[in-house]
Amino acid sequence: MQFDSWQAFWHMGGYAFYVWASFGVTFLAMGLIVLNSMMTHKKLLKEVAQEAARQQRIATAKQATKQNLTGEEV
Amino acid sequence: MWKWLHPYAKPERAYQLCSTLQPYFFWPAVLCILVGSVWGLAFAPQDYQQGDSFRIIYIHVPSAILSMSTYVAMAVAALVGIVWQWRTAFMAMIAMAPVGAVVTFIALFTGAAWGKPMWGTWWVWDARLTSELILLFLYLGVMSLYGAFEDKQQAGKAAGVMALVGVVNVPIIHYSVEWWNTLHQGATISKFDKPSIAPEMLWPLLIALLGFALFIAAVTVMRMKNEIIRREYHRPWVKEMVQSAKETNHAV
Amino acid sequence: MKALWSGIFKRDLALAFRQRSELAQPLMFLLMVVTLFPLGVGPGPATLQKIGPGVIWIAAILSSLLAMDRMFRDDFWDGSMEQYLLSGQSVWAISAVKVLVHWLVSFVPLLILSPLLALFLNLTVQMYTALMLTLLLGTPLLSLVGAIAVGLTVGLQRGGVLLALLLIPVFIPLLIFATSAVDAAALQLPYRAHLAIIGAMLLAAMAAAPMAIAYALKVSQN
Repeated sequence: MQFDSWQAFWHMGGYAFYVWASFGVTFLAMGLIVLNSMMTHKKLLKEVAQEAARQQRIATAKQATKQNLTGEEV
Repeated sequence: MWKWLHPYAKPERAYQLCSTLQPYFFWPAVLCILVGSVWGLAFAPQDYQQGDSFRIIYIHVPSAILSMSTYVAMAVAALVGIVWQWRTAFMAMIAMAPVGAVVTFIALFTGAAWGKPMWGTWWVWDARLTSELILLFLYLGVMSLYGAFEDKQQAGKAAGVMALVGVVNVPIIHYSVEWWNTLHQGATISKFDKPSIAPEMLWPLLIALLGFALFIAAVTVMRMKNEIIRREYHRPWVKEMVQSAKETNHAV
Repeated sequence: MKALWSGIFKRDLALAFRQRSELAQPLMFLLMVVTLFPLGVGPGPATLQKIGPGVIWIAAILSSLLAMDRMFRDDFWDGSMEQYLLSGQSVWAISAVKVLVHWLVSFVPLLILSPLLALFLNLTVQMYTALMLTLLLGTPLLSLVGAIAVGLTVGLQRGGVLLALLLIPVFIPLLIFATSAVDAAALQLPYRAHLAIIGAMLLAAMAAAPMAIAYALKVSQN
């Protein structure tokens, strides 16, 4: 450890603002882009699932009407 | 010779590869960045000229180096896509652009925050700072061109051409700006004497550099997966994958 | 082949001169931008001489960006571009001819106008000579490189601002070399090196740009 105390560590030899701002903004930006990528991924998976469910519903509905129609005819 | 590479041009295989690689990139990246930062912040010795402000180097230098290399990687992906008609190469290209822009932004911000205590001003029209700024513009240009097209197939090709035009320009911009700066105001404040770096300072720097590289790879892989899903929306394999992911989720 | 080139050349020239107002507007814009600077910065002859080359070059780049999109726009929307692409002729040669016509109709008038701009901004004769040479070598480069981005954005409904965003960073080296050549001329220093670099960039663009333009047009045409 290069610093004598925690206080000295946070103080950074008088450059606290610049050092901590740099590191803070860096980690914030990195976190944000990871978060954005993950949220997009989740959203896309959800959309795909919804689309699949919708098509499933359409298919079953079609089947049902078909059965109804044939039922009436007979 | 390159035959083994060809299956990965298929989106499905590429997706699987990305999923496999993602944890191997992401967690080591987090580890390396943490180790590099803590080592650099707390354990590396002070710089005899700049005191503790030099500790910004542990994020500034990796991001500055990698912002340029990410652009080159993007252009290589674009070239592969254009020459060999690989759709996945364009997806990789556009996956790299946002993370490259973020890294460029980090390099600019940390550069400014380092410049204020050292040079007395947030921004100087220093050659390196200026070329980083122009690099950011190039990234944003590629991204906005990609976003402007409805058809993503077309968008990938167009953005690829722009990335290539940009990469031809990056060295020209770099040297022209360097020359312009030295012509106008001389290297009075822009190049402070860099003492050859001591090994106890170099190690954390290298670890942080590796961490940033892995981080860029991890985010690229994540965004590439998104890009693949976005384009292969209606393919059966995507649906099956979502289905199986759901089932495993429920099982857990 | 020659017939095709001269045919396109003549057709494009005729079309350009039929839309005279569209040709004149960017020039008027250029003149007005240059007029703004003495008003905004102050009319001191020394100041104007100092900023003059930069102002003229920046105004030239901005005004050319305004009119750049008409290079392929009409051909694209009326379907001629599709015919060119389907014709089986080499697209890069066709696009090279189109770029040449664009340079002739939008930058040659600018060169003719440049003495007036030099007078406005109090440039010396040496500076004006250097400016003229950089414009002669540099404006074809603007047309060539600009045409790539125009080819990419021609199919977009609102490509105007995007075109400027894409091209401004790419034009920065040219701006730097051109203005520093004029600065060197102001100090009576040799500026052949600057011209040589601009010339080298122009040659490289002449070799590579037509192919890139052709590819860009194909992408836009899908």
